[in-house]
Amino acid sequence: MALVEIKNVRKNYGTLEVLKGVSLDVEKGEIVTIIGRSGSGKSTLLRCINALETINSGEILLEGQSVSAKMDGLRQMRQKVGIVFQAFNLFPHMTIEKNVTLAPILTGKTDKQGARKLALSVLERVGLADKLKAYPEQLSGGQQQRVAIARCLAMSPHLMLFDEVTSALDPELVGEVLKVMEEMAAQGMTMVLVTHEMNFARNVATKLVFMHQGRVWEQGDPKTLFANPQTPELKSFIGHHAG
Amino acid sequence: MRQFSFSDLLFLATALEWTFLMAAIALAFGVPVGLALALARTSGSAVLRTVATALIELIQGIPLLGLLMFFYFGIPVLVGKDVPTVVAVGAAYTIYTAVFLGDIWRGGIQAVRQAQWEAGACLGLSWLQQFVHIIAPQAFRIALPATVGFLVQLIKNTSLASVVGLVELARAGQMISAGTFQPLLVYTLVAAIYFTICFPLTTWSRTLEARLNGAR
Repeated sequence: MALVEIKNVRKNYGTLEVLKGVSLDVEKGEIVTIIGRSGSGKSTLLRCINALETINSGEILLEGQSVSAKMDGLRQMRQKVGIVFQAFNLFPHMTIEKNVTLAPILTGKTDKQGARKLALSVLERVGLADKLKAYPEQLSGGQQQRVAIARCLAMSPHLMLFDEVTSALDPELVGEVLKVMEEMAAQGMTMVLVTHEMNFARNVATKLVFMHQGRVWEQGDPKTLFANPQTPELKSFIGHHAG
Repeated sequence: MRQFSFSDLLFLATALEWTFLMAAIALAFGVPVGLALALARTSGSAVLRTVATALIELIQGIPLLGLLMFFYFGIPVLVGKDVPTVVAVGAAYTIYTAVFLGDIWRGGIQAVRQAQWEAGACLGLSWLQQFVHIIAPQAFRIALPATVGFLVQLIKNTSLASVVGLVELARAGQMISAGTFQPLLVYTLVAAIYFTICFPLTTWSRTLEARLNGAR
């Protein structure tokens, strides 16, 4: 059984159909990157996985359980799925330590004593253990995004979703975030990313998904697809993003 | 005719108790109702939103004086028996406070980006946890100046209760002035007392704002 099973999912906003029957499996330990033009439905698909968007038909299973905004155990499901956003979305009125430990404390994953240790350990993983007492606005964009990743890690997720997490960063800050993500990948985290980072998609991902006009247009081994795209759409997309 | 004397000062001090009592009643009941209205106006339920919006629009469209008249003269007629002045006036100030704070706090809640709710939801927090820990502290910071501004208005507007016979600070001043024929002295004194209460509030608000902004 795959960790995530997406079965023939359709989603529309009014008369605009953004997902036109998408099916996709994510196995445990896989690193799946979803690429495609803006408007191809890739971010919407990602947000459907933890029920931030409701789907109109089809089904999404997470560890065999059907996912929807109305499901029983929605909160328990979300505690297992970390998501990192383009705009970081840290809590500006809290220290970094508080940002990272709020959810583990409130959901009973740790007590107040254990929280400090937990914060240190996850912030160490993203290289920011010295920023416990800082506030988000005192950090650079790259640092804030690494805190956002640490905030998810503190919940020991089974799956991590990344929604264009480097798109809002200055170019010189992209590398530090990608490095953290590569380390997570190396440690066996299951990850689904929507990204424009073609090098990451080529070299780190285990599966590449190209979306076009609300459909999975092509999917497969990243190196093979990059070297040998089967459709003119993917070929032209790769052409535009080369180098 | 008599001279303004120490006993008049005591009279003003006693009347001041009513001023404070009215403000205290208004806050004690108006704050929770105001919070409920703010939450209803920002909730996902269309029914709650409509009801809260209608109530806020309606009450904000009525002068406070009209509210006082309605509760003092109208409610006894409606319920068919006498209502104690404190209850009638207290009710008018409560609903006045509730709708204005409700609207101010609604603005504060809506000024916090939707993505903050989303970030909390994605960490598996309940709606209440998201509101208490993530939204409310940010909304409070945003709404603080307007909230204190309203508090100052409220204290000054307790003077309107004099029209239904409540002897609070303004009404006491009026009575002393009539007795002593020293309106300039008496009303200056009354104004100074209002100022002495309200000015520290605005100063305190500014200090609090600065401190909250510092911790960010």
